[in-house]
Amino acid sequence: MSDKRFTKDHEWVSVTGTTGIVGISDYAQHALGDVVFVEVPDAGRVLAQGAEAAVVESVKAASEVYSPVSGTVIAGNQAIVDQPGLVNESAEDRGWFYKITLSDPSELGALMDRAAYDSYLKTLE
Amino acid sequence: MTASPDTPILTVPLDTLHRGLGGKMVPFAGYAMPVQYPAGILTEHLHTRTSASLFDVSHMGQVEITGPDCARWLETLVPGDIQGLGIGKTRYTVFTNDQGGIQDDLMVSKLAPDRLFLVINAACKRADFAHMQAMIGDKVSVRMIEDRALLALQGPLAASALAALSPEAAAMTFMSIAEIQIADVACLATRSGYTGEDGWELSVPVTEAEALARKLLDLPGVMPAGLGARDSLRLEAGLCLYGSDIDTATTPVEANLSWIMGKRRRTEGGFPGAAIIQKQLAEGPARLRVGIQPLGRAPARAHTEITDAAGNRLGEICSGGFGPSADRPIAMGYVPAAFAAIGTPLKLVVRGKALDAHVCALPFVPHRYFKG
Repeated sequence: MSDKRFTKDHEWVSVTGTTGIVGISDYAQHALGDVVFVEVPDAGRVLAQGAEAAVVESVKAASEVYSPVSGTVIAGNQAIVDQPGLVNESAEDRGWFYKITLSDPSELGALMDRAAYDSYLKTLE
Repeated sequence: MTASPDTPILTVPLDTLHRGLGGKMVPFAGYAMPVQYPAGILTEHLHTRTSASLFDVSHMGQVEITGPDCARWLETLVPGDIQGLGIGKTRYTVFTNDQGGIQDDLMVSKLAPDRLFLVINAACKRADFAHMQAMIGDKVSVRMIEDRALLALQGPLAASALAALSPEAAAMTFMSIAEIQIADVACLATRSGYTGEDGWELSVPVTEAEALARKLLDLPGVMPAGLGARDSLRLEAGLCLYGSDIDTATTPVEANLSWIMGKRRRTEGGFPGAAIIQKQLAEGPARLRVGIQPLGRAPARAHTEITDAAGNRLGEICSGGFGPSADRPIAMGYVPAAFAAIGTPLKLVVRGKALDAHVCALPFVPHRYFKG
Protein backbone atom coordinates (compact mmCIF):
# COMPACT_ATOMS: atom_id res chain seq x y z
CA MET A 1 0.00 0.00 0.00
CA SER A 2 1.37 3.36 -0.96
CA ASP A 3 -0.24 5.45 1.76
CA LYS A 4 1.84 4.01 4.58
CA ARG A 5 4.12 6.33 6.52
CA PHE A 6 7.17 4.91 8.28
CA THR A 7 9.34 5.78 11.30
CA LYS A 8 13.08 5.28 11.66
CA ASP A 9 12.22 2.63 14.27
CA HIS A 10 10.44 0.65 11.53
CA GLU A 11 6.83 1.17 12.55
CA TRP A 12 4.26 2.05 9.91
CA VAL A 13 0.91 3.80 10.07
CA SER A 14 -1.74 3.72 7.38
CA VAL A 15 -4.32 6.51 7.75
CA THR A 16 -7.88 6.90 6.50
CA GLY A 17 -9.46 10.13 7.74
CA THR A 18 -8.36 10.30 11.38
CA THR A 19 -8.16 6.52 11.84
CA GLY A 20 -4.72 4.92 11.68
CA ILE A 21 -3.61 1.30 11.53
CA VAL A 22 -0.17 0.68 13.05
CA GLY A 23 2.28 -2.14 12.50
CA ILE A 24 5.96 -2.95 12.05
CA SER A 25 7.66 -3.08 8.66
CA ASP A 26 8.62 -6.18 6.77
CA TYR A 27 12.25 -5.16 7.32
CA ALA A 28 11.60 -5.13 11.07
CA GLN A 29 9.96 -8.55 11.21
CA HIS A 30 12.83 -9.99 9.19
CA ALA A 31 15.41 -8.43 11.51
CA LEU A 32 13.56 -9.71 14.60
CA GLY A 33 13.23 -13.26 13.35
CA ASP A 34 10.51 -15.66 14.42
CA VAL A 35 7.99 -13.75 16.52
CA VAL A 36 6.78 -15.83 19.48
CA PHE A 37 4.92 -13.27 21.60
CA VAL A 38 3.22 -9.92 21.13
CA GLU A 39 1.45 -7.58 23.49
CA VAL A 40 -0.88 -5.00 21.94
CA PRO A 41 -2.44 -1.94 23.64
CA ASP A 42 -5.97 -2.05 25.03
CA ALA A 43 -8.77 0.05 23.56
CA GLY A 44 -8.96 3.49 25.14
CA ARG A 45 -5.27 3.79 25.91
CA VAL A 46 -3.94 7.24 25.07
CA LEU A 47 -0.57 7.21 23.35
CA ALA A 48 1.81 10.05 22.59
CA GLN A 49 3.89 9.91 19.41
CA GLY A 50 7.03 7.88 20.21
CA ALA A 51 5.54 6.28 23.34
CA GLU A 52 5.91 2.55 23.98
CA ALA A 53 2.73 1.08 22.56
CA ALA A 54 3.31 -2.65 22.11
CA VAL A 55 5.85 -5.41 22.62
CA VAL A 56 7.13 -7.90 20.08
CA GLU A 57 9.35 -10.81 21.12
CA SER A 58 11.34 -13.24 19.05
CA VAL A 59 13.06 -16.36 20.39
CA LYS A 60 16.11 -14.21 20.98
CA ALA A 61 14.87 -10.91 22.39
CA ALA A 62 12.06 -8.53 23.32
CA SER A 63 11.56 -5.24 21.46
CA GLU A 64 9.27 -2.27 22.00
CA VAL A 65 6.95 -0.92 19.36
CA TYR A 66 6.72 2.90 19.55
CA SER A 67 3.58 4.65 18.42
CA PRO A 68 4.23 6.51 15.16
CA VAL A 69 1.38 8.91 15.97
CA SER A 70 -0.42 10.36 19.01
CA GLY A 71 -4.00 9.34 19.69
CA THR A 72 -6.41 6.98 21.42
CA VAL A 73 -6.29 3.24 20.75
CA ILE A 74 -9.43 1.85 19.12
CA ALA A 75 -8.42 -1.82 19.28
CA GLY A 76 -5.43 -4.12 19.38
CA ASN A 77 -5.11 -6.95 16.87
CA GLN A 78 -6.09 -10.12 18.77
CA ALA A 79 -5.10 -12.22 15.75
CA ILE A 80 -1.38 -11.58 16.29
CA VAL A 81 -1.74 -12.21 20.03
CA ASP A 82 -3.23 -15.62 19.25
CA GLN A 83 -0.85 -16.29 16.39
CA PRO A 84 2.37 -14.24 16.75
CA GLY A 85 3.83 -15.81 13.58
CA LEU A 86 1.36 -13.71 11.60
CA VAL A 87 3.71 -10.77 12.17
CA ASN A 88 6.38 -12.61 10.17
CA GLU A 89 3.97 -13.79 7.51
CA SER A 90 2.24 -10.49 6.89
CA ALA A 91 3.91 -7.64 8.77
CA GLU A 92 2.49 -4.87 6.62
CA ASP A 93 -1.04 -6.25 6.25
CA ARG A 94 -2.74 -8.89 8.44
CA GLY A 95 -0.01 -8.61 11.07
CA TRP A 96 -1.00 -5.06 12.11
CA PHE A 97 -0.73 -4.22 15.82
CA TYR A 98 -3.46 -1.70 16.67
CA LYS A 99 -5.94 0.83 15.33
CA ILE A 100 -5.81 4.36 16.67
CA THR A 101 -7.77 7.61 16.39
CA LEU A 102 -5.20 10.26 15.56
CA SER A 103 -5.20 13.33 17.79
CA ASP A 104 -2.77 15.29 15.63
CA PRO A 105 -2.69 14.25 11.96
CA SER A 106 -0.04 16.91 11.27
CA GLU A 107 2.47 14.50 12.90
CA LEU A 108 2.31 12.43 9.71
CA GLY A 109 4.32 15.12 7.93
CA ALA A 110 7.43 14.13 9.84
CA LEU A 111 7.17 10.46 8.85
CA MET A 112 8.70 8.87 5.73
CA ASP A 113 6.73 7.74 2.70
CA ARG A 114 7.59 4.36 1.12
CA ALA A 115 10.27 5.78 -1.18
CA ALA A 116 11.96 7.69 1.64
CA TYR A 117 11.80 4.64 3.91
CA ASP A 118 13.32 2.42 1.23
CA SER A 119 16.15 4.94 0.82
CA TYR A 120 16.59 4.99 4.60
CA LEU A 121 16.82 1.16 4.69
CA LYS A 122 19.63 1.33 2.12
CA THR A 123 21.63 3.49 4.53
CA LEU A 124 21.34 0.69 7.14
CA GLU A 125 22.92 -1.98 4.95
CA MET B 1 32.72 -6.68 8.41
CA THR B 2 34.58 -3.95 10.26
CA ALA B 3 35.82 -3.94 13.80
CA SER B 4 37.13 -0.99 15.75
CA PRO B 5 40.85 -1.24 16.52
CA ASP B 6 40.34 -1.55 20.28
CA THR B 7 38.02 -4.56 19.94
CA PRO B 8 39.61 -6.91 17.43
CA ILE B 9 37.13 -9.56 16.37
CA LEU B 10 38.58 -13.00 15.82
CA THR B 11 37.29 -15.33 13.16
CA VAL B 12 36.70 -19.05 13.48
CA PRO B 13 38.14 -21.48 10.90
CA LEU B 14 34.68 -21.92 9.35
CA ASP B 15 34.09 -18.18 8.90
CA THR B 16 33.95 -18.42 5.10
CA LEU B 17 31.55 -21.35 5.27
CA HIS B 18 29.22 -19.53 7.69
CA ARG B 19 29.08 -16.45 5.47
CA GLY B 20 28.54 -18.60 2.39
CA LEU B 21 25.60 -20.30 4.13
CA GLY B 22 24.08 -16.89 4.89
CA GLY B 23 24.97 -16.97 8.57
CA LYS B 24 24.16 -13.80 10.50
CA MET B 25 27.47 -13.09 12.14
CA VAL B 26 27.55 -11.42 15.55
CA PRO B 27 30.35 -10.79 18.04
CA PHE B 28 30.37 -13.42 20.78
CA ALA B 29 33.17 -13.84 23.33
CA GLY B 30 35.50 -11.97 20.98
CA TYR B 31 34.68 -14.05 17.91
CA ALA B 32 32.45 -13.41 14.91
CA MET B 33 29.95 -16.27 15.24
CA PRO B 34 26.77 -17.20 13.37
CA VAL B 35 23.77 -16.49 15.62
CA GLN B 36 21.51 -17.99 12.96
CA TYR B 37 21.29 -18.93 9.29
CA PRO B 38 18.49 -17.95 6.89
CA ALA B 39 16.20 -20.70 8.27
CA GLY B 40 16.03 -18.79 11.57
CA ILE B 41 16.41 -19.75 15.22
CA LEU B 42 12.97 -21.36 15.58
CA THR B 43 13.41 -23.64 12.58
CA GLU B 44 17.02 -24.48 13.49
CA HIS B 45 15.94 -25.34 17.03
CA LEU B 46 13.06 -27.59 15.95
CA HIS B 47 15.19 -29.22 13.28
CA THR B 48 17.78 -30.16 15.93
CA ARG B 49 15.07 -31.89 18.00
CA THR B 50 13.61 -33.80 15.06
CA SER B 51 16.60 -34.37 12.77
CA ALA B 52 20.20 -33.17 13.20
CA SER B 53 22.09 -29.88 13.16
CA LEU B 54 25.73 -28.90 12.78
CA PHE B 55 26.98 -26.22 15.17
CA ASP B 56 30.39 -24.57 15.04
CA VAL B 57 31.73 -24.23 18.57
CA SER B 58 35.32 -23.56 17.56
CA HIS B 59 35.42 -20.46 19.75
CA MET B 60 35.49 -22.71 22.79
CA GLY B 61 38.83 -23.58 24.33
CA GLN B 62 40.40 -27.01 23.90
CA VAL B 63 43.11 -27.97 26.35
CA GLU B 64 45.28 -31.03 26.78
CA ILE B 65 46.73 -31.88 30.18
CA THR B 66 49.41 -34.54 30.19
CA GLY B 67 51.78 -36.06 32.66
CA PRO B 68 51.86 -38.49 35.58
CA ASP B 69 49.01 -37.96 38.06
CA CYS B 70 47.35 -35.36 35.83
CA ALA B 71 43.89 -36.41 37.08
CA ARG B 72 44.97 -35.94 40.68
CA TRP B 73 46.43 -32.52 39.89
CA LEU B 74 43.32 -31.39 38.01
CA GLU B 75 41.25 -32.43 41.03
CA THR B 76 42.99 -29.68 42.99
CA LEU B 77 41.06 -27.21 40.79
CA VAL B 78 37.68 -28.93 40.29
CA PRO B 79 35.27 -30.76 42.64
CA GLY B 80 34.60 -33.59 40.18
CA ASP B 81 35.97 -37.13 40.43
CA ILE B 82 38.65 -37.09 37.73
CA GLN B 83 40.80 -39.89 39.19
CA GLY B 84 37.78 -42.17 39.14
CA LEU B 85 36.84 -41.22 35.58
CA GLY B 86 37.25 -44.22 33.31
CA ILE B 87 39.57 -44.23 30.32
CA GLY B 88 37.56 -43.09 27.32
CA LYS B 89 34.94 -41.35 29.47
CA THR B 90 33.83 -37.72 29.66
CA ARG B 91 32.55 -35.80 32.67
CA TYR B 92 31.03 -32.33 33.28
CA THR B 93 32.64 -30.32 36.05
CA VAL B 94 33.52 -26.78 37.13
CA PHE B 95 36.54 -24.77 38.20
CA THR B 96 35.85 -23.33 41.66
CA ASN B 97 37.40 -20.30 43.36
CA ASP B 98 38.37 -19.91 47.00
CA GLN B 99 34.83 -18.80 47.87
CA GLY B 100 33.37 -21.91 46.26
CA GLY B 101 32.12 -19.86 43.29
CA ILE B 102 32.28 -21.17 39.74
CA GLN B 103 35.09 -19.79 37.56
CA ASP B 104 33.97 -21.80 34.53
CA ASP B 105 32.20 -25.01 33.64
CA LEU B 106 33.89 -27.57 31.45
CA MET B 107 33.98 -31.05 29.99
CA VAL B 108 36.88 -33.31 31.01
CA SER B 109 37.68 -36.47 29.07
CA LYS B 110 40.25 -39.10 29.95
CA LEU B 111 42.14 -40.40 26.92
CA ALA B 112 44.78 -42.21 28.98
CA PRO B 113 45.81 -42.27 32.65
CA ASP B 114 48.25 -39.47 31.89
CA ARG B 115 46.26 -37.59 29.24
CA LEU B 116 43.16 -35.43 29.74
CA PHE B 117 41.22 -33.39 27.19
CA LEU B 118 39.24 -30.36 28.36
CA VAL B 119 36.69 -28.17 26.60
CA ILE B 120 36.22 -24.79 28.29
CA ASN B 121 34.14 -21.70 27.56
CA ALA B 122 35.34 -19.17 24.98
CA ALA B 123 34.96 -16.15 27.26
CA CYS B 124 36.88 -17.87 30.07
CA LYS B 125 39.53 -19.75 28.16
CA ARG B 126 42.46 -17.32 28.61
CA ALA B 127 41.75 -16.98 32.33
CA ASP B 128 41.24 -20.74 32.74
CA PHE B 129 44.51 -21.45 30.99
CA ALA B 130 46.43 -18.93 33.11
CA HIS B 131 44.79 -20.39 36.24
CA MET B 132 45.81 -23.95 35.33
CA GLN B 133 49.32 -22.83 34.40
CA ALA B 134 49.73 -20.96 37.68
CA MET B 135 48.27 -23.68 39.89
CA ILE B 136 49.43 -26.96 38.34
CA GLY B 137 51.67 -25.91 35.45
CA ASP B 138 54.79 -27.04 37.29
CA LYS B 139 53.34 -30.50 37.94
CA VAL B 140 51.78 -31.37 34.58
CA SER B 141 51.87 -30.06 31.02
CA VAL B 142 48.91 -27.79 30.20
CA ARG B 143 48.61 -27.03 26.51
CA MET B 144 46.02 -24.89 24.76
CA ILE B 145 45.11 -26.57 21.49
CA GLU B 146 45.01 -23.74 18.94
CA ASP B 147 45.11 -25.77 15.75
CA ARG B 148 41.80 -27.60 16.05
CA ALA B 149 38.24 -26.56 15.31
CA LEU B 150 35.28 -27.93 17.29
CA LEU B 151 32.08 -29.02 15.55
CA ALA B 152 28.92 -30.28 17.25
CA LEU B 153 26.55 -32.59 15.41
CA GLN B 154 23.37 -32.82 17.47
CA GLY B 155 19.98 -34.43 17.09
CA PRO B 156 18.17 -37.77 16.95
CA LEU B 157 19.36 -38.41 13.38
CA ALA B 158 23.00 -37.55 14.14
CA ALA B 159 23.92 -41.21 14.69
CA SER B 160 22.41 -42.55 11.48
CA ALA B 161 23.85 -39.64 9.50
CA LEU B 162 27.33 -39.95 10.95
CA ALA B 163 27.39 -43.72 10.40
CA ALA B 164 27.85 -43.03 6.69
CA LEU B 165 31.17 -41.31 7.37
CA SER B 166 32.36 -43.28 10.38
CA PRO B 167 31.26 -46.76 11.43
CA GLU B 168 33.27 -46.29 14.64
CA ALA B 169 31.20 -43.37 15.88
CA ALA B 170 28.01 -45.36 16.44
CA ALA B 171 29.74 -47.68 18.93
CA MET B 172 30.31 -44.79 21.34
CA THR B 173 27.90 -44.13 24.21
CA PHE B 174 26.92 -40.84 25.86
CA MET B 175 29.80 -39.08 27.63
CA SER B 176 32.56 -41.12 26.05
CA ILE B 177 35.56 -40.05 23.96
CA ALA B 178 37.50 -41.76 21.18
CA GLU B 179 40.03 -40.91 18.51
CA ILE B 180 38.26 -41.96 15.35
CA GLN B 181 38.33 -41.37 11.62
CA ILE B 182 35.42 -39.46 10.16
CA ALA B 183 35.57 -39.24 6.35
CA ASP B 184 39.28 -40.07 6.71
CA VAL B 185 39.88 -37.13 9.04
CA ALA B 186 41.41 -37.94 12.42
CA CYS B 187 38.91 -36.58 14.95
CA LEU B 188 38.86 -36.49 18.70
CA ALA B 189 35.17 -37.29 19.16
CA THR B 190 33.07 -37.14 22.30
CA ARG B 191 29.51 -38.39 22.26
CA SER B 192 28.17 -35.37 24.06
CA GLY B 193 26.75 -31.94 23.47
CA TYR B 194 24.72 -29.22 25.06
CA THR B 195 21.31 -29.52 23.46
CA GLY B 196 19.74 -32.40 25.41
CA GLU B 197 19.90 -34.53 22.25
CA ASP B 198 22.15 -37.37 21.19
CA GLY B 199 25.18 -36.17 19.28
CA TRP B 200 28.90 -35.66 19.01
CA GLU B 201 31.42 -32.93 19.51
CA LEU B 202 34.27 -33.33 17.05
CA SER B 203 37.68 -31.79 17.56
CA VAL B 204 39.26 -31.63 14.10
CA PRO B 205 42.44 -30.11 12.63
CA VAL B 206 41.76 -26.56 11.44
CA THR B 207 43.12 -27.49 8.01
CA GLU B 208 40.45 -30.18 7.59
CA ALA B 209 37.59 -28.43 9.36
CA GLU B 210 35.81 -26.79 6.46
CA ALA B 211 35.96 -29.86 4.21
CA LEU B 212 34.63 -32.06 7.01
CA ALA B 213 31.90 -29.56 7.92
CA ARG B 214 30.73 -29.55 4.29
CA LYS B 215 30.62 -33.36 4.28
CA LEU B 216 28.60 -33.36 7.50
CA LEU B 217 26.20 -30.76 6.08
CA ASP B 218 25.77 -32.96 2.98
CA LEU B 219 24.53 -35.86 5.12
CA PRO B 220 20.78 -36.50 4.89
CA GLY B 221 18.82 -34.51 7.47
CA VAL B 222 21.68 -32.27 8.60
CA MET B 223 21.29 -28.47 8.57
CA PRO B 224 23.51 -25.74 10.00
CA ALA B 225 22.37 -24.14 13.27
CA GLY B 226 23.73 -21.09 15.06
CA LEU B 227 24.28 -19.85 18.59
CA GLY B 228 20.68 -18.69 18.91
CA ALA B 229 19.31 -22.21 18.58
CA ARG B 230 22.12 -23.56 20.73
CA ASP B 231 20.99 -21.23 23.52
CA SER B 232 17.27 -22.09 23.33
CA LEU B 233 18.10 -25.81 23.09
CA ARG B 234 20.32 -25.78 26.18
CA LEU B 235 17.73 -23.79 28.14
CA GLU B 236 15.02 -26.33 27.31
CA ALA B 237 17.49 -29.02 28.40
CA GLY B 238 17.92 -27.19 31.73
CA LEU B 239 21.66 -26.77 31.17
CA CYS B 240 23.63 -23.85 32.60
CA LEU B 241 25.16 -21.07 30.54
CA TYR B 242 28.28 -19.69 32.15
CA GLY B 243 27.96 -15.99 32.91
CA SER B 244 24.15 -16.19 33.00
CA ASP B 245 23.20 -19.13 35.22
CA ILE B 246 26.50 -19.68 36.99
CA ASP B 247 29.34 -17.31 37.83
CA THR B 248 32.08 -16.60 40.36
CA ALA B 249 29.48 -15.63 43.00
CA THR B 250 27.52 -18.88 42.63
CA THR B 251 28.53 -22.22 44.10
CA PRO B 252 27.78 -25.58 42.45
CA VAL B 253 25.41 -26.34 45.34
CA GLU B 254 23.42 -23.15 44.78
CA ALA B 255 23.42 -23.88 41.04
CA ASN B 256 21.78 -27.26 41.72
CA LEU B 257 24.90 -28.94 40.34
CA SER B 258 25.74 -30.93 43.47
CA TRP B 259 25.42 -34.08 41.34
CA ILE B 260 28.77 -33.23 39.72
CA MET B 261 30.48 -33.99 43.04
CA GLY B 262 30.89 -37.64 43.90
CA LYS B 263 31.02 -39.00 47.42
CA ARG B 264 34.81 -39.10 47.62
CA ARG B 265 35.29 -35.47 46.60
CA ARG B 266 32.51 -34.29 48.92
CA THR B 267 34.18 -36.07 51.81
CA GLU B 268 37.82 -35.36 51.01
CA GLY B 269 37.49 -31.85 49.65
CA GLY B 270 40.83 -30.68 48.28
CA PHE B 271 39.52 -28.20 45.72
CA PRO B 272 39.23 -24.40 45.97
CA GLY B 273 36.40 -23.32 48.26
CA ALA B 274 35.83 -26.89 49.50
CA ALA B 275 35.01 -25.88 53.07
CA ILE B 276 32.26 -23.51 51.92
CA ILE B 277 30.82 -26.06 49.51
CA GLN B 278 30.94 -28.85 52.11
CA LYS B 279 29.10 -26.61 54.56
CA GLN B 280 26.39 -25.90 51.96
CA LEU B 281 26.11 -29.61 51.17
CA ALA B 282 25.62 -30.38 54.86
CA GLU B 283 23.27 -27.52 55.77
CA GLY B 284 21.65 -26.75 52.42
CA PRO B 285 22.28 -23.59 50.41
CA ALA B 286 20.46 -20.32 51.10
CA ARG B 287 19.33 -20.09 47.47
CA LEU B 288 18.92 -22.54 44.62
CA ARG B 289 18.66 -22.54 40.84
CA VAL B 290 15.24 -23.86 39.82
CA GLY B 291 13.17 -24.32 36.69
CA ILE B 292 10.45 -21.71 36.38
CA GLN B 293 7.31 -22.10 34.32
CA PRO B 294 5.60 -18.81 33.44
CA LEU B 295 1.88 -19.59 33.27
CA GLY B 296 1.01 -17.05 30.56
CA ARG B 297 2.48 -16.55 27.12
CA ALA B 298 4.89 -13.71 27.94
CA PRO B 299 8.55 -14.76 28.11
CA ALA B 300 10.48 -13.62 31.20
CA ARG B 301 14.03 -12.78 30.16
CA ALA B 302 17.26 -12.82 32.20
CA HIS B 303 17.26 -10.39 35.15
CA THR B 304 13.46 -10.42 35.45
CA GLU B 305 12.62 -9.95 39.14
CA ILE B 306 11.06 -12.91 40.96
CA THR B 307 8.78 -12.12 43.89
CA ASP B 308 6.44 -13.99 46.21
CA ALA B 309 2.66 -13.48 46.03
CA ALA B 310 2.94 -10.42 48.29
CA GLY B 311 5.53 -8.79 46.03
CA ASN B 312 8.59 -9.44 48.21
CA ARG B 313 11.72 -9.85 46.11
CA LEU B 314 13.00 -13.45 46.00
CA GLY B 315 15.61 -13.31 43.25
CA GLU B 316 16.08 -13.06 39.50
CA ILE B 317 15.60 -15.05 36.35
CA CYS B 318 19.07 -16.12 35.11
CA SER B 319 17.98 -17.50 31.72
CA GLY B 320 14.56 -17.11 30.18
CA GLY B 321 12.85 -17.02 26.85
CA PHE B 322 10.60 -18.97 24.59
CA GLY B 323 11.12 -22.71 24.26
CA PRO B 324 10.33 -23.65 20.65
CA SER B 325 9.88 -27.37 21.43
CA ALA B 326 8.14 -26.71 24.74
CA ASP B 327 6.01 -24.22 22.75
CA ARG B 328 5.75 -21.89 25.70
CA PRO B 329 7.93 -19.52 27.70
CA ILE B 330 10.50 -21.21 29.94
CA ALA B 331 13.00 -19.91 32.48
CA MET B 332 15.47 -20.72 35.21
CA GLY B 333 16.16 -18.53 38.19
CA TYR B 334 17.48 -18.33 41.74
CA VAL B 335 15.09 -18.39 44.69
CA PRO B 336 15.56 -18.88 48.46
CA ALA B 337 15.66 -22.58 49.37
CA ALA B 338 12.25 -22.29 51.06
CA PHE B 339 10.74 -21.40 47.67
CA ALA B 340 12.52 -24.07 45.64
CA ALA B 341 9.98 -26.90 45.89
CA ILE B 342 8.30 -27.87 42.62
CA GLY B 343 4.92 -26.20 42.34
CA THR B 344 5.78 -23.20 44.53
CA PRO B 345 3.88 -20.20 43.13
CA LEU B 346 5.99 -17.21 42.10
CA LYS B 347 5.45 -13.84 40.44
CA LEU B 348 7.64 -12.58 37.62
CA VAL B 349 7.76 -8.82 37.14
CA VAL B 350 7.70 -8.29 33.37
CA ARG B 351 7.38 -4.68 32.18
CA GLY B 352 5.94 -3.67 35.53
CA LYS B 353 3.33 -6.43 35.65
CA ALA B 354 3.50 -9.30 38.14
CA LEU B 355 2.88 -12.42 36.05
CA ASP B 356 2.03 -15.83 37.50
CA ALA B 357 4.61 -18.61 37.40
CA HIS B 358 5.63 -21.62 39.43
CA VAL B 359 8.72 -23.65 40.19
CA CYS B 360 8.92 -26.64 37.85
CA ALA B 361 11.13 -29.65 37.24
CA LEU B 362 14.07 -29.47 34.85
CA PRO B 363 14.59 -30.18 32.01
CA PHE B 364 11.67 -28.67 30.09
CA VAL B 365 12.22 -31.17 27.28
CA PRO B 366 13.42 -34.70 28.20
CA HIS B 367 17.06 -35.51 27.47
CA ARG B 368 17.51 -38.13 24.78
CA TYR B 369 21.08 -39.24 25.23
CA PHE B 370 22.39 -42.54 23.83
CA LYS B 371 23.29 -44.63 26.87
CA GLY B 372 24.00 -47.79 24.86
